[in-house]
Amino acid sequence: MELPLLHVALVGTPNSGKTSLFNALTGSRQKVANYPGVTVERKEGFFVTPLGRQISVVDLPGTYSLRGRSPDEEITRDFVLGKASGEILPDLVLCVADSTNLRLTIRLLLELKRTGRPMILVLNMFDIASRRGISVDVDRLAKELGMPVVTSIAVRKGGTADLLALTDQISAKLAAEPSENSWRALSVSELRATQREADRIIADCVSLPARPDTLTSRIDAVVLHPVGGLIVLAAILFVMFQAVFAWAQPLMELLQSGFDALGEFVHAALPAGLLQSFLQNGVISGVGSVIVFLPQIIIIFLFILLLEDFGYMARAAFLMDRIMGGAGLHGRAFIPLLSSFACAIPGIMATRVIDNKRDRLTTILIAPLMTCSARIPVYTLIISAFIPAKDVWGFINLQGLVMFGLYAAGITSALVVSFLIKFFMLRDYAPAPFMLELPDYKVPRLKSIAIGIYTRAKMFLQRAGTTIFSMMVLIWFLASFPQPPAGTTEPAIDFSLAAIIGKAIAPLLAPVGFNWQIAVALIPGMAAREVAVAALGTVYAIEGGKEAAEQIGQALATKWSLATALSMLAWYIFAPQCASTLAVIRRETGSWTWMAVTFSYMLVLAYAASLLTYNVAVALGAG
Amino acid sequence: MTDTRDMRREMPLGLAQRGYTGVIQHLSAKDSGSALSDIELESRLIELGFVEGARVEVLHEGLVGRDPIAVRVDNITIAVRRREAMAVIVA
Ligand SMILES: Nc1nc2c(ncn2[C@@H]2O[C@H](COP(=O)(O)OP(=O)(O)OP(=O)(O)O)[C@@H](O)[C@H]2O)c(=O)[nH]1
Ligand SMILES: [Mg+2]
Repeated sequence: MELPLLHVALVGTPNSGKTSLFNALTGSRQKVANYPGVTVERKEGFFVTPLGRQISVVDLPGTYSLRGRSPDEEITRDFVLGKASGEILPDLVLCVADSTNLRLTIRLLLELKRTGRPMILVLNMFDIASRRGISVDVDRLAKELGMPVVTSIAVRKGGTADLLALTDQISAKLAAEPSENSWRALSVSELRATQREADRIIADCVSLPARPDTLTSRIDAVVLHPVGGLIVLAAILFVMFQAVFAWAQPLMELLQSGFDALGEFVHAALPAGLLQSFLQNGVISGVGSVIVFLPQIIIIFLFILLLEDFGYMARAAFLMDRIMGGAGLHGRAFIPLLSSFACAIPGIMATRVIDNKRDRLTTILIAPLMTCSARIPVYTLIISAFIPAKDVWGFINLQGLVMFGLYAAGITSALVVSFLIKFFMLRDYAPAPFMLELPDYKVPRLKSIAIGIYTRAKMFLQRAGTTIFSMMVLIWFLASFPQPPAGTTEPAIDFSLAAIIGKAIAPLLAPVGFNWQIAVALIPGMAAREVAVAALGTVYAIEGGKEAAEQIGQALATKWSLATALSMLAWYIFAPQCASTLAVIRRETGSWTWMAVTFSYMLVLAYAASLLTYNVAVALGAG
Repeated sequence: MTDTRDMRREMPLGLAQRGYTGVIQHLSAKDSGSALSDIELESRLIELGFVEGARVEVLHEGLVGRDPIAVRVDNITIAVRRREAMAVIVA
């Protein structure tokens, strides 16, 4: 007889290893990292137990209680209480605990018991607990709590075997137990009583050695030092941005020459004509010009993933709390903002951990100002064409320094915007509290880093293959048609639709020093910022005619003034055009207004910054 | 117990210096100046383990106004601002 699908939910305090367990059970690759509040969405997966029972398991955001103080915690509460519309209640709740830190989980578990759902306590991270000499009387704990208790090591192969066996055992007799939900929000005294009860149970069943994690305290002595800690943070960020420039170079050159060779090959193999032009100028030079940036994007992700997995992120939030507070930002905003360096979309999603609505909104509004990885291609292209690659003070690469400056400009403008929001809109407003668990450091796990990078690289290449490719086809088409009349001596592109459109918009952009080619490139840049690079490549390649095998960078260096280049960099610090970010802002704020506000303020800033940069540069003789 | 703890004066955790160790006596969210309501603040503190009898140690301080502080509460470390820590009375 086919048994019905069993619905299982993973609930627990933040950072207890729920997502790691979910990944281990289902073979998924959901994001795992060592700070509280990684998961902000509900994710469902499926697996089959050793005895063949079909299971649906739902990973939920971590929470300390069922009160639902922030959007992520509400998701967990609504799921556990069956409040989400059209939801079925879970048949079984796996309460996932960090075995090294049971106090808060046992309290949560006592609260969860009132929902009447059948439960299992999963003592996860049991490897770390054993290493520290923490011993748990599992049988006694099970008796005290009145539910099965099982140990698990989510990140080790076979570490969930006991849990799987137990699930089989339990699921056989589940249906018989009817359950009553008697949960309601706990009063302060009930809360205190449950914590006391939890502490009593722990005292009876768990023996803790007086051996705290000395490694964590030794690292923290440096990393959380009031002054030293900030220096370390600045150094980490500086190395990160230098590395993006310096380490990626050899690989990028390799990729570039690969694409050049491919272009040459197509050029030689095909007869001159539309097909040759389409493949060489539209596809290879366009899409290729974006793909060469893969090494840089991998490096920035590598840094962020390492910091996240090590456990540094929560420390950075601690260090930055008061400093960001001066600009009207909450300490918890630091992690979303730092992940926005990779991409604003996960950054905006991550703001769900901020419980105060105004703090969250401010963070969402400024997240797109953090220099996301899609801006890297634009920055790199212009910097390598216009900024000499020499060392300053002997060891700092000037190009890397300019890159760092652009990142710094993004951060500064975010802080200024946030300050203005605080000043003008939210004037009398007491700062929301900052309370954050600082997890023990963990050695970053190679596998999860590798998976993280693989996932990001795949996403990037998929984007290059879909969005960017289709935009390139469009640009190539616009730049190639209509064909010029026979016998003309002017460049063919001057007769194309692209030139017509570009020249129509160009007057608007002339004050900031943009020519019509840039105007054409900015429009498809709406779909994805990197497209601007590819679009410039195509436009200039076609304009150059048959012999135009030269690289975009060289083309720009001869066709733009330094002032125009700097103005373009300034534009891209703000670069309002990224359709997917705007869509996420709309979804997360639930309002078209905030989306429109973000778009307009960034557009205004971009225009103003470019106008200023261009005119100052021209005045200084760079025009 | 004959140790000196009984004789130590009660004080809010929010005023403790780095290196301070003590035991939580009670919570008093009134007039702490937090943006949260008394009940909400007290609930959150309890949820993070700030309960009577828990041992606390102030491990680290921030740069600006020596705020926030990183507090060891039994065996976990919690970052909290001094303003909210004022509600935790220790001795
Ligand atoms: N050594 C060890 N590390 C683990 C184990 N389970 C999880 N981890 C690590 O613990 C950290 C947190 O894991 P996550 O799975 O992201 O925790 P989570 O409960 O989903 O966290 P939130 O989504 O923030 O609530 C990661 O660094 C994991 O690699 C385990 O059994 N043993
Ligand atoms: Mg998770």
